Amino acid sequence: MTKEKKLTPEGIVKSFKDEFKTKIKDVQIKKRAAGKKKNETVTIWMKIDKSAFKKVIEHLCKLQFPHLAVASGNDLGKTIELIYHFTVNFGKRMEEINLHISVELPKSKLEIETICDWIPGALITEREKMEMLGVKIIGIPDDRRCFLPDDFPKGVYPWRRDETGPDKFYKNLHEVKK
Amino acid sequence: MKQTATTKTTYHIPIGPIHPALKEPVFFEFELDGERIIDVDVKLGHIHRAIEWASRKRNPIQILYMAERVCGICSYCHPAAFALAVEDAADIVAPERAEYLRVIQGELERICSHLLWAGVAAHEIGFDTVLYLTWQVRERALDLTEYLTGNRVTKAMMMIGGIRRDITKDMLPRIQKDLQYFKDCYNKLGKVFLNDKTVRMRSQGAGILTEEDALKLCAVGPTTRASGVKKDVRVDTSYFAYGDLDIEHITPDKLTGVVNGDVYDRIIQRLLEVKQSIELIEQCIDKMPSGDIVAEPKLAKLLAQLKKVTGEGVGRHEAPRGEVIHYVKFDGNDAPYTWKIRAPTYNNILPWIPMLKGEQIADIPIVAASTDPCMSCTNRVGIVKDGNKYEMTKEELHRLSVEKTRRLMK
Repeated sequence: MTKEKKLTPEGIVKSFKDEFKTKIKDVQIKKRAAGKKKNETVTIWMKIDKSAFKKVIEHLCKLQFPHLAVASGNDLGKTIELIYHFTVNFGKRMEEINLHISVELPKSKLEIETICDWIPGALITEREKMEMLGVKIIGIPDDRRCFLPDDFPKGVYPWRRDETGPDKFYKNLHEVKK
Repeated sequence: MKQTATTKTTYHIPIGPIHPALKEPVFFEFELDGERIIDVDVKLGHIHRAIEWASRKRNPIQILYMAERVCGICSYCHPAAFALAVEDAADIVAPERAEYLRVIQGELERICSHLLWAGVAAHEIGFDTVLYLTWQVRERALDLTEYLTGNRVTKAMMMIGGIRRDITKDMLPRIQKDLQYFKDCYNKLGKVFLNDKTVRMRSQGAGILTEEDALKLCAVGPTTRASGVKKDVRVDTSYFAYGDLDIEHITPDKLTGVVNGDVYDRIIQRLLEVKQSIELIEQCIDKMPSGDIVAEPKLAKLLAQLKKVTGEGVGRHEAPRGEVIHYVKFDGNDAPYTWKIRAPTYNNILPWIPMLKGEQIADIPIVAASTDPCMSCTNRVGIVKDGNKYEMTKEELHRLSVEKTRRLMK
């Protein structure tokens, strides 16, 4: 866990681009000012190719051990997007950098490698992605359900917007006969 | 607890879904060797209410009020993070005065929450006098909240692009008077918690979380800071008015010179943070500029503006229990396409495992409570042993904890 190196947003982006080249599909650096003094907070949004995912996380951990806040997920129709929300450079006044790494998985092959071997704290969020989106996490140390009850039907994923979504459980209150 | 002789070296006890400490449903399965905890398994989800799903049929302003109901104690933090995420996605800038008012509300909530926790922690180890003492102070903080917002708990203060109520000049004397009262009480409470021999015996060396574990397991808030990891959204980034204020990381070594990462450190951590919050409110009152308190007062106009937004945003706020992060994605409809909430306890679940390993059964309540978990609870603990099922009430577990304190006092 190296904490000494000084990271800049541009430096982080360059380091990833040098290492992964075309596998980094899109990068945006956003700055947002707040308060009277208009101090800025930096956010990096990075879209990567799924083949490089594990290596990108490995690279990030070697650059500086990050804090993983959570991974969120979007059902985009043909693909499912996972966004891993990291922060680096914390511990110094207003130097923290948000790093959101997004990876798209085709619905025909919903698989991604676990990152628990690098960041053990990712376990709960990975278990949540398995049950909520039906993404298979390869090599996850604990593949039980986390938030859904054990008797929740298999093959229904609450965050999905397609036929595997939870729509059949909907009841509109105005339609329920008293 | 009834026990029969067994030849097995270890046995399992399930505790929960109703939590022995606080009032939140979470299920622990402990593997025990005698009194000592060998391994812990945590099961969640007993109160999953599908709030994120419910947002699919609501517009951002309706969601603000739903976000407020994610948690009864952090009823300000969730709408705050949500508003920040929406402002990030829609590129709305809140007026400067609103940013200061937002800090005041956030810090007042932290004072209420940490005092609540201090009372519960005292109760867990059998010091009910201290519970009443801290909650008396908390009552005053709640009264101040009511004075400023009109409500004690669900305050409905946050608005996208600002805040809903201003603090006027005639309100300042009351705020200053109450802050002075908190400062006086702070010294008294600090003495009770930090110098008492029995509190030290129960909390020093108990439930240790090392700095390395805290980092690796992505712990947040006072739990991680008490282990020496300097991570505080208020200090690390610039949002609301925190970028203007004089604020620095607090870790327990500020008071004691060392970081042990035990329950005692987590008590110190929260006490120091109460003091920091009082100072932050004072700074805000001094530095607060005049002006508007909301960027767009007409809600219909704001909704029309938000309906045009496509894109995503992330909002992070330091809640009393740690970083709360909301992710929002808009696709040009009334309701956001995705809304993801991550409450601080989510990240503080895994750190429980190293904390509880090696501790005794009677330490479960105070160690579990020391992260200030926020899930939501019943009054029962089931014990399954040799095919027989016993039920252990919260009272019984609490009695065990109190007995340990009494034993130590002899």
